[in-house]
Amino acid sequence: MDPIPLVDYLVLDDGPYLVANECTRCQARYFDRRSGCAKCGGQEFRTVRIADTGTLRTFTIVHFAAEGVEVPFVAGIVDCDDGTSVRSNIVNVSPDPHDVRMGMKVRLTTVPVGVDESGVQAVGFGFEPAQ
Amino acid sequence: MAENVWILGIHMTKFGKHKDKDLLDLGAEAAIGALQDAGVSIADIGVIGAGNLMGAPGFGQLLQKQIGQTGVPVFNVANACATGATALRVAIMAIKAGEADTGLAVGVEKLAGAGLLTGNARATEGGHWVRDGRYGAVAALDGRVGTETMPGVFAQIGMEYGHKYGGADFELFASISEKNHAHSTLNPKAAYTKRLTLEEIMNDVMIAYPNTRPMCSANCDGAAAAVVISETKLRTLSREQQHRAVKVSASVLTSDPFQEACQVLPDVNTLTRQAAAMAYEQAGIGPEDLDLVELHDCFATAELVHYDNLQLCEPGGAVDFFKSGAPWRDGRLPVNVSGGLQSKGHPISATGIANIWEIATHLRGEAGDRQIPGAKVGLAHVIGLGSACGVHVLEKSGL
Repeated sequence: MDPIPLVDYLVLDDGPYLVANECTRCQARYFDRRSGCAKCGGQEFRTVRIADTGTLRTFTIVHFAAEGVEVPFVAGIVDCDDGTSVRSNIVNVSPDPHDVRMGMKVRLTTVPVGVDESGVQAVGFGFEPAQ
Repeated sequence: MAENVWILGIHMTKFGKHKDKDLLDLGAEAAIGALQDAGVSIADIGVIGAGNLMGAPGFGQLLQKQIGQTGVPVFNVANACATGATALRVAIMAIKAGEADTGLAVGVEKLAGAGLLTGNARATEGGHWVRDGRYGAVAALDGRVGTETMPGVFAQIGMEYGHKYGGADFELFASISEKNHAHSTLNPKAAYTKRLTLEEIMNDVMIAYPNTRPMCSANCDGAAAAVVISETKLRTLSREQQHRAVKVSASVLTSDPFQEACQVLPDVNTLTRQAAAMAYEQAGIGPEDLDLVELHDCFATAELVHYDNLQLCEPGGAVDFFKSGAPWRDGRLPVNVSGGLQSKGHPISATGIANIWEIATHLRGEAGDRQIPGAKVGLAHVIGLGSACGVHVLEKSGL
């Protein structure tokens, strides 16, 4: 069985890559289902593919989280090369402030989420250092 | 021209653990305390703004059933951590609109032992992946798609500022917390009054780097209430009431306007900057005129950015402002002399009135050991993530 993405805006087929709902009027981009555009009030959106490389705008290292969340982990905001900002875990880097650098180059990758009763695997995403 | 509005009476309970008091005990204690401080009774109140987030719906009416069911309108409000300021703002607006000449605002929360407040922990999936919510998620996203925890969100906000302007490292953020914990030693109403060294703060449990536990707002129980009154009505009251009253020179509430990336990482800056600019204009007072500030230091990383957002420093100059010693109680512009949310505590809905109480108490010259000498003008700021920002500028009475 094919794996399924953690969220609607992660595309696994011929990917992985992220997609956004882009307002056709003002080009503001969103990852959730939209009722309208928060920037201009527009009602029409198109699906756009997001660049899969970017730079780390900011981060934190979470040591204390809700039950079931593995800690510590690096959480951050990535400014993708097309200007779209994405919230993501920063993976394949040690959760140490000396190893995570503001402004470092990162690229999209996938991470396993789990397998359900019928054997379907869910796959999430993260950004990892791009060397 | 709308009426000027004044604070006639104000009260806050001690913040901390109140095992034997429920929401109504605390709310009534604050409300009755404010009425007594004002020298009026519940029969004089024409409108009530009531704030509570974690307790019973209809808190305002439940409170009335303890302190006086007079039939006046009650507005139960919710605006995250700005709930108290919103309740106050509602009472002020009603007076400005001429619908009442005297109003009561109350905020209360029972939060002791609440632990970490996160967005998360979705109910266990039944066994098959099911898409849910506006992201079509098959599992909880907190911890899988970045962090939704408050310490983590505000850590990123502070780190972003530090990276943009430089000079903000772990030690600097911890030093901000050191200041607030030191300030709280003079505040008998604070939940925590123990001075902590920089080393103790940095070596405490890490919650979300760079915020360790004492650098996070302290969940606790507490309530605060204020009686507000029109200037016309105030002028009919006793000379002592007029003299102790505190002028509300600005009362502003904003929400977060759209900014790039604001739906990915909440933007707590723009709405605070807008609220501050509006407040200074309303008051005809600039940041250089302030004698003290209570700002929303929900995390040490948040306090830094709000120095800048509230124009307490040059743009980009928050680190230098802190390093100059300015925000210490003996500095040029004392910030959070109450101990702030990190040490005084943060019973969410009470916070936006408790910070007004702190400022008002200094302006009245009644702050005891922690009095900022000669304080005439102060500013109180809160932010509720989501977001809502309240800014009030208060002035000592010249009546």
